[in-house]
Amino acid sequence: MKKTPLNQVHRELGAKLIEFGGWEMPVQYTGILQEHQAVREKCGLFDVSHMGEIHFAGPGALATIQHLITNDAARLKVGQILYTPMCYPDGGIVDDLLVYRLGEEEFLMVVNAANTDKDFEWVKDNSFEDVKITNQSADYAQLALQGPEAKNILQQLTEIKLDDLKYYWFERGEVAGTEVILSRTGYTGELGYEIYLKTEDAVRVWNRLMETGKEYGLLPAGLGARDTLRLEKKFCLYGNDIDENRHPLEAGLGWTVKFSKKDFIGRETLLKYKEEGYDEKLVGFKLIERGIARHGYKIKANGEDIGIVTSGSFSPTLRESIGLGYVKREKAGIGQEIEIVIRKRPVAAEIVETPFVK
Amino acid sequence: MQIPEELFYSEDHEWILVEGDEATIGITDYAQKELGDVVFVELPEVGDEFDQFDDFGVIESVKAVSDVYAPASGKVIAINEELFDRPELINEEPYEGGWLIKIKLADKTELDQLMDDQDYERFLEEGE
Repeated sequence: MKKTPLNQVHRELGAKLIEFGGWEMPVQYTGILQEHQAVREKCGLFDVSHMGEIHFAGPGALATIQHLITNDAARLKVGQILYTPMCYPDGGIVDDLLVYRLGEEEFLMVVNAANTDKDFEWVKDNSFEDVKITNQSADYAQLALQGPEAKNILQQLTEIKLDDLKYYWFERGEVAGTEVILSRTGYTGELGYEIYLKTEDAVRVWNRLMETGKEYGLLPAGLGARDTLRLEKKFCLYGNDIDENRHPLEAGLGWTVKFSKKDFIGRETLLKYKEEGYDEKLVGFKLIERGIARHGYKIKANGEDIGIVTSGSFSPTLRESIGLGYVKREKAGIGQEIEIVIRKRPVAAEIVETPFVK
Repeated sequence: MQIPEELFYSEDHEWILVEGDEATIGITDYAQKELGDVVFVELPEVGDEFDQFDDFGVIESVKAVSDVYAPASGKVIAINEELFDRPELINEEPYEGGWLIKIKLADKTELDQLMDDQDYERFLEEGE
């Protein structure tokens, strides 16, 4: 199992460690509910050093990126970031990722930990001329500082003017005297920042953030809270809500597929889906009766199978049971009454608007 | 880690408190810590019967679903309905407010197959 540079710090904080995407990661420190609440109301600090980083440089970098992803990286200015799926020719999703435009001819793809090796092979096999592609995952640690107090905490440790840093933009500069890429992004739906830094600097910057954040109610937060936070905002999780058998349109990611772009892998199939339609759609639901929906549970309507749960949890913010799942499009309307089959028993639920937490 | 001495323990981390031919069942402090924040509990109905080591209910934390197993055979005479509204009692007071069910014991000799507090403590240490 791979370990992040913060592994020992997590142990000292009493974290419960689990295997995730080939990495030993903290799932919780004090408790998922408490960490979740800290991020929604104050601030949480996550170690997300398991994320993969793939670097593209050269005159062919933009053309290659454009060929690989469904969204349009030509629109990016240097310093700007894009969320995008990367698809197979059949429209299935290789991964969902962020593209950072580091320079005119230089990009960084930030990918899911478990997919890093697969993605690296895929992008090399499908690259154009005049681009050097490097897997830099081992060089980077990554911290995510998320929550309404994130700016107040971070501003004390950096000269970068955080008020001027817009959503989905980044700056290079120093945090706590260390060279970083500081990015206004996150996976929680709160104000927040993701900090990319050299592995050897991770412990020091983590500790400085924790010290500075203490008076603001900052808590270390694990993957458990990260999952409930993203679910409340209906952010897809690769391997749960999307994978190689699902395409971006049915996942509700149509806004990231730019058919105005003449060439990208999967374009032909996705265009066909757009014009001729597709069968299922990812929806959000709430349980009306008691219970918790989990990945893989069946969804029924009037006793008939109509779909499957992809994510489900107790929502710490709403104190209700929520979930995501694919259902037949004719049964995907808001207010549709459905049943989630939990341990062979149908439990009443209802399709609702998302995000669950605005 | 709390391990009260008046209880018996199973390898699945349930405890049982015996009073005459009746008993109260719950999960241990160790089990609740391993599970994390409990958010849902499913219990049998009064009158249900089960054998020793059968599963009789489900406890779900934010991340995990766990069956709970009966440390002894018997018939359910009470369930802790307060847990439906306050499942966190299992985390807060695993040996008190977080009890799950009370049963009428079918066979007290079955208790010989359980651990006392010292055995359970050793069992946890060996599992580390």
